[in-house]
Amino acid sequence: MDKLIVSSSPHIKDKATTSRIMLDVIIALMPTAILSVYYFSYVSALIIVASVSSCVLFEYLFNLITKKKHSETDLSCVVTGLILAMNMPPLKSSIILSIIGAFIAIVVIKMLFGGIGQNIFNPAAAARIFLTTAFSSLMTVYVAPLTDGVTAATPLAIPKGELLPSYLDLFLGKTPGSLGETAAVTLIAGGIYLMIRKVITWEIPVIYIGTVALLSFAFGQDPLYSILAGGMMLGSIYMATDYTTSPVTRKGKIVYAAGLGLMTASIRKFGSNTEGVAFSLLFMNALVPLIDKFTVKKTFGRIKKK
Amino acid sequence: MIIKIKNIKGVTLPHRKGTSEIPTETLPIPKLVEIPMQQHIGAPCKVLVGKGDYVYVGQVLGDTEKFVSAPIHSSISGTVVQIKDMILHSGVKCESIVIEPDGKQEVLPGITQPDISTKEKFLKAVRNSGLTGLGGAGFPAHVKLDTKERIPEALIVNAVECEPYITCDYRAIIEEGNEIVNGVKLILDKLSIPKAYIAVEDNKPAAFSLLKELAKDDCRIETVMLKTKYPQGAEKMLIYALTGKEVPMNGLPIDIGTVVMNVTSVLALYKYCKTGMPLVSKRITVEGNGVKNRGNYQVVIGTYIKDIFEYCNGDKEKTVKVLCGGPMMGTTAESYEMPVVKQSNAFLFMTPEDLDFMEESACIRCGRCVEACPMGLMPLTMNRYALAKMTEELEKYNIMNCIECGSCSYVCPAKRHLVQSFRVGKDLVRKAKVKNG
Repeated sequence: MDKLIVSSSPHIKDKATTSRIMLDVIIALMPTAILSVYYFSYVSALIIVASVSSCVLFEYLFNLITKKKHSETDLSCVVTGLILAMNMPPLKSSIILSIIGAFIAIVVIKMLFGGIGQNIFNPAAAARIFLTTAFSSLMTVYVAPLTDGVTAATPLAIPKGELLPSYLDLFLGKTPGSLGETAAVTLIAGGIYLMIRKVITWEIPVIYIGTVALLSFAFGQDPLYSILAGGMMLGSIYMATDYTTSPVTRKGKIVYAAGLGLMTASIRKFGSNTEGVAFSLLFMNALVPLIDKFTVKKTFGRIKKK
Repeated sequence: MIIKIKNIKGVTLPHRKGTSEIPTETLPIPKLVEIPMQQHIGAPCKVLVGKGDYVYVGQVLGDTEKFVSAPIHSSISGTVVQIKDMILHSGVKCESIVIEPDGKQEVLPGITQPDISTKEKFLKAVRNSGLTGLGGAGFPAHVKLDTKERIPEALIVNAVECEPYITCDYRAIIEEGNEIVNGVKLILDKLSIPKAYIAVEDNKPAAFSLLKELAKDDCRIETVMLKTKYPQGAEKMLIYALTGKEVPMNGLPIDIGTVVMNVTSVLALYKYCKTGMPLVSKRITVEGNGVKNRGNYQVVIGTYIKDIFEYCNGDKEKTVKVLCGGPMMGTTAESYEMPVVKQSNAFLFMTPEDLDFMEESACIRCGRCVEACPMGLMPLTMNRYALAKMTEELEKYNIMNCIECGSCSYVCPAKRHLVQSFRVGKDLVRKAKVKNG
């Protein structure tokens, strides 16, 4: 008998793999990570190393203990670690906090829900919310860049009447904030890279940012300032586009992004919290199954009901 | 019917059409042929010859009274040595007739041009020709062309050939373009169809210009160039790409006034109407790194894969998979003892370097499958329900509308076996329907 493989079609596959997609996200975040080291010196580097390595380690240990197939090689835990680091304030305390955050993100939010593709909430966003709630004093102190540790208020928390940073400073990230949420320029560049690589599509970031700009204008705020300050860029380009916790259809993505924009603008206007991106993400994450259910594509050849 | 070119969803594939410029070669008559009694969708044929009988080329070997079926003819002259049971590469069980050729290729005495003076006689001739849809589905042609009182607004001739590797339709156009165009004219005349569109993808410009040139004196025939996209050769996709109209779910092309025929079906039908010789041989593409002499070959139906493989200098050590058809929708042969049937269009002898073996991993919900699906389905959701055997949900997500084109599996970065699970899922839905009446 000839040894021939019998299998189901198709017999050829596209080159894209999960790990390649994750690698692209890592590449896209690199300029931002490097810029954060420039702005906040070695503290930033240590936070990134602590966050990424503990995310990988927690996933490895979880798989080891629960005797699951090792999933670390898909690099999604590296992405989570990197995004989590970008969400941390540039303080020495963040090195320890990022390890706690990594535990929340990887073990509680991701692996306990079944691992990649199964979690309901964005791991990095959930970890940030957890840390802000549990260690609020350490998570809301920000350092001005290139100052060797002078604390300052973030652009969104500056009291009325005081001098606001210029658009250019916001664009280049020369404002206080967490590691990766200050520099719009590198975040946007990474986002364009991801779109060229077809890792993400324009719908979520553009509609999210657009909705916030529109609503803050309606609320009498400066729209350009609103989208450049705070976690808008990081949240909309890298966190809201997380495959697992966002809808799968185009229509769903549009609804989701508009919802995010509405939440963020409202939290910023009416809430006591000056930020709002991470909270909006968690809230909209919870609605994704519902959005998916109502945005199922129209099947080819379906006869319209009259 | 007006042309309204639309872009279909789907995927962009590597072409790998390396055999397109090699002229077709005729394979010598093999030592033995095996002709299965089920080479079409519908009722299997009953064996009409006995062991030891002498048969001629073109002689009916099997037929049935059933309407949805097509007679099967002998492709060689020789002696019936065995009638046995077999399993086709599609998994269908049927009887088959093994014939030892005498090498003379003696044609059945009295074979002559059929009488096609009226529509009824023409349709009868189509049935007698044994023609089935040669694009791959194998639906009996006389059933498709018999549109009863409804006259189609347009005949669509499918020369898309969207699967990688396969070039036999292209070679047919280049080598027998005149017969094809005459065949189109004949069908338009006999069935009083006002218009024909011949669809070619833009990766075959030579075929396009040739057909356009050959059909220029008949204003009923229009050759249309489409942007290359897989699976544009699928019937419903092609109609949509040309007309912007969707064939209704569970409906037929005639529901929106069209009839689609593969370009080689048109050719086979024309040849039968001119000579009376039914479909007894096929042009097939032989490709893959497992064989040295790649190209297109004219082979008699019933030829074993092993004979083609040997003739083309195949290497059994290197070949790990034999595909009957293209790499996207083709089935795998279990052994080299499988015969050529009417729908065979390619045999690809694949080595590991031709194939992509990748382990399945968890779905990351990237949505690429949803974007790729030409039928507007939700492959990731269907996959979940199919694995959980949730029949009702599968039906709700229109799993029966899946054409198994493989676009979703192709683009999946997690390499999930989506189509495979849908075949299982469709089977569940069918069984549930039977159970519930």
